[in-house]
Amino acid sequence: MSEWETVIGLEIHAQLATRSKIFSGSPTAYGAPPNTQADLVDLGYPGVLPVLNGEVVRMVVKLGLAINARIAPLSVFARKNYFYPDLPKGYQISQYELPIVAQGSLDIVLEDGQVKRVGITRAHLEEDAGKSLHEGLPGMTGIDLNRAGTPLVEIVSEPDMRSAKEAVAYMKKVHTLVRYLEICDGNMQEGSFRCDANVSVRPAGTAKFGTRAEIKNLNSFRFVERAINFEVARQIELLESGRPVVQETRLYDPDKGETRSMRSKEEANDYRYFPDPDLLPVKVDAELIASVRTTLPELPDQKAARFSTQYGLSAYDAGVLTASRELAEYYEEVVRTAPGDRKLAANWVMGDLAAALNKEGLEVSSGKIPAARLGELLRRIQDATISGKIAKEVFELMWSQGLSADAVIESKGLRQITDSAAIERAIEEVMAKNPAQLAEYRAGKDKLFGFFVGQVMKATGGKANPAQLNELLRGKLRG
Amino acid sequence: MGALHTRTLTQLAEGLRRKSFSSVELVGELLARIEKSQPALNAFISVTAPEALAVARAADRTLAAGAGGALTGVPIAHKDIFCTEGVRTSCGSRMLDNFVSPYDATVVAKLKRAGAIMLGKTNMDEFAMGSSNETSFYGPVRNPWNPKLVPGGSSGGSAAAVAARLVPGATATDTGGSIRQPAALCGITGMKPTYGRVSRYGMVAFASSLDQGGTLTASAADAALMLREMAGFDPRDSTSVDTPVPDYVAALEQPIAGLKVGLLAEFFDKGLDEDNERCVREALRVFEGLGASVTQVSLPNLPMSVPVYYVVAPAEASSNLARYDGVRFGHRCENPRDLSDMYRRSRGEGFGAEVKRRIMTGTYVLSAGYYDAYYLKAQRVRALINADFIRAFAAVDVLIGPTTPTPAFPLGAKTADPITMYLNDIYTIGANLAGLPAISVPCGFVQGLPVGLQIVGPHFSEARVLAAAHAFQRVTDWHTRVPVGYT
Repeated sequence: MSEWETVIGLEIHAQLATRSKIFSGSPTAYGAPPNTQADLVDLGYPGVLPVLNGEVVRMVVKLGLAINARIAPLSVFARKNYFYPDLPKGYQISQYELPIVAQGSLDIVLEDGQVKRVGITRAHLEEDAGKSLHEGLPGMTGIDLNRAGTPLVEIVSEPDMRSAKEAVAYMKKVHTLVRYLEICDGNMQEGSFRCDANVSVRPAGTAKFGTRAEIKNLNSFRFVERAINFEVARQIELLESGRPVVQETRLYDPDKGETRSMRSKEEANDYRYFPDPDLLPVKVDAELIASVRTTLPELPDQKAARFSTQYGLSAYDAGVLTASRELAEYYEEVVRTAPGDRKLAANWVMGDLAAALNKEGLEVSSGKIPAARLGELLRRIQDATISGKIAKEVFELMWSQGLSADAVIESKGLRQITDSAAIERAIEEVMAKNPAQLAEYRAGKDKLFGFFVGQVMKATGGKANPAQLNELLRGKLRG
Repeated sequence: MGALHTRTLTQLAEGLRRKSFSSVELVGELLARIEKSQPALNAFISVTAPEALAVARAADRTLAAGAGGALTGVPIAHKDIFCTEGVRTSCGSRMLDNFVSPYDATVVAKLKRAGAIMLGKTNMDEFAMGSSNETSFYGPVRNPWNPKLVPGGSSGGSAAAVAARLVPGATATDTGGSIRQPAALCGITGMKPTYGRVSRYGMVAFASSLDQGGTLTASAADAALMLREMAGFDPRDSTSVDTPVPDYVAALEQPIAGLKVGLLAEFFDKGLDEDNERCVREALRVFEGLGASVTQVSLPNLPMSVPVYYVVAPAEASSNLARYDGVRFGHRCENPRDLSDMYRRSRGEGFGAEVKRRIMTGTYVLSAGYYDAYYLKAQRVRALINADFIRAFAAVDVLIGPTTPTPAFPLGAKTADPITMYLNDIYTIGANLAGLPAISVPCGFVQGLPVGLQIVGPHFSEARVLAAAHAFQRVTDWHTRVPVGYT
């Protein structure tokens, strides 16, 4: 059979990190008891009207600037009409024909190191719906409208991605970006960042898109990858057995690892979009754009490029260290404290620190070793107070006991032995205890050298300076 | 005391300030009139007598202390489309028969702050959809001039209440003529301000781009006083306009000599009743006598206003009324089998026939494949009508014509054919589509029934429109006539 090419476009929904909702004054904080953060506007009471939260506009303009998009001087809110119990007004206020942000792009790095540009068709503002609750309510449906009216930006990509891995790389890039811009907390468990994936396949080399399926509401990078891979396999199997792919909306079941049909195109709602007469067109003038521009931070790509040149890091390391602003800031502080070896700092941050954070599920900001402390530890490696191996032990104690590097080194007596006389004494004792091995070595069995290194290290509690030990031991063994 | 009901809103406010009578006396007299009128007129859906008397007692204390606002102690009624905290706000519908609003509309709050006292909520066409007040869940309102006739709609209860001197003024709303048409049919003064002049917050939405709150009073002077207290920017209504409210009362006496009046050619069409036309033309001679110049003005796209309106208004209504789903408030059917059954039966039982007709029309014109042909085209024609008005106002100060084609018609006369009912708004819809201020004032009688004259001005020209109406009322007495049985 022929080769198949996968075509993927993502619609990412990111919750904007405002304190109040997009069209009402209710707070947006997560996790409050049901319906305690919904006012009359959120409840869609008779007579109430929406008023746009200006902060939401500033945030989406910030995003538009960061993806080099066109910011519409005039954009329009439209009503998307459909009935659902958690949609209080019977319509969702969104943007349809005239979105506020259009024609942007983001670069992603592929596995082979190539850079790929992904087009962003549009980014528009909309309000979130509420939630239907079923647990503990037999025979009934509960409605929680705390989330209703939460501001969302929907970021719609071009169908530019060709594999699940590319889709994940793009989604991660957007995730990084919105957190850099501080417009979204990126919390995927709480639903602050989620996506719908449009997936189709076509014979490789053809220009026409295949029929697509839309997989709804994917809220983890892992699910995105798995759902797309499942869907691609499903579509290829259909096509190869001569059956058509049906245009439809599908849901991913993470427990079963499969996608399931939700509704077909024929069953799709006719949303009857029309401009919302309760809201004026959103005006964004040059002055607003200029004022938002001044709030733009150094963006992930700019930061990674700077890390490469300023710290001499590989593109890969620079990419990992700039994946979040917090991690990048952490790394830079480590380097400021221990300026000697930037690669050493990078290895520690990406290695031991990342592993420790990962193990306990912590963010870099809530880790147990502040950057300056990690820097001090690295300084002790650089000034030969301890060896790299001992440093790992020190790190663990710093982490578990919240101590500084020096405090751990002193209290545990881990200071490296650099006194030649002391090392020589230890070597002599080992030689005296192992006459047989000494004789064999001197008879030409060179590989016993390692045995003697190990014995001396054991005798010094691992604290002998390795370079010194090697040199002294070689001399002594020669006799 | 007695006979306080014969006084105008302006006179009552003045009398209360001078302590010629008390608010409690006044409120008591009017509550008695309301109660007595109710079987014949059915102008009210709710009467809030105990609350009104309590507020009146407090108002009298305020007045005794020499304090108070422009309307302290003055009784009014609110159309039942305005949300009133703690009081049922039914919008004339079974759907909201059980709905007690948890908040006050901005208009209600502003009039409260000015000291006005609400006596009750007036009857209306269901969700303001109707021109005869026959679509109300609470039964039709009858015209005080002849109980066999309709009072007009949708603000029929407010109009009948003012015409029968049950209250000196009432709030109302106008989406396609719902203030002006009942004002004309009941022989009173109905003022629809510029779109955005009065906050829509708390006014149950029918067609958001057309709805505008206004007043029903006996005179233009009363309208000026009431509107001054109601109007103004509201941060809770994005479509309200942030421009200062002039003192409409102070502006009433501006002379109208030299006023350039445009006679709206398109309004004198074959649908206009001969006698109505005669009254309107006589009124124009009155304006000329006051020093105004009259020229004929043509708005070529205006005849399309009825079809445009009956696309735009139902489209917006179909979406605005989607929130009545039985989930959070309002009518919910008994024992729903499932979600779909709950939606279907709650809405099926809660809404009347005219509301359903408009929801279906609106849903249709917004549907995929029809949007461009209906909704989009209607919006384009609306822009043309707007441009016609702007062009006209480059040459004249106000446009004058009839408010309605005929005087009040009998109950049931137009219910069978919705199109004939819709055509009753043919002269009033243009001002809504263009968002213009417009007033209807009584300008004569035909076989004992009042006829309305409509004055339309450019955006935010309320002061001029009111002054023109006031000048007319200073030299005519049509607006002082009261139906037999209510004098």
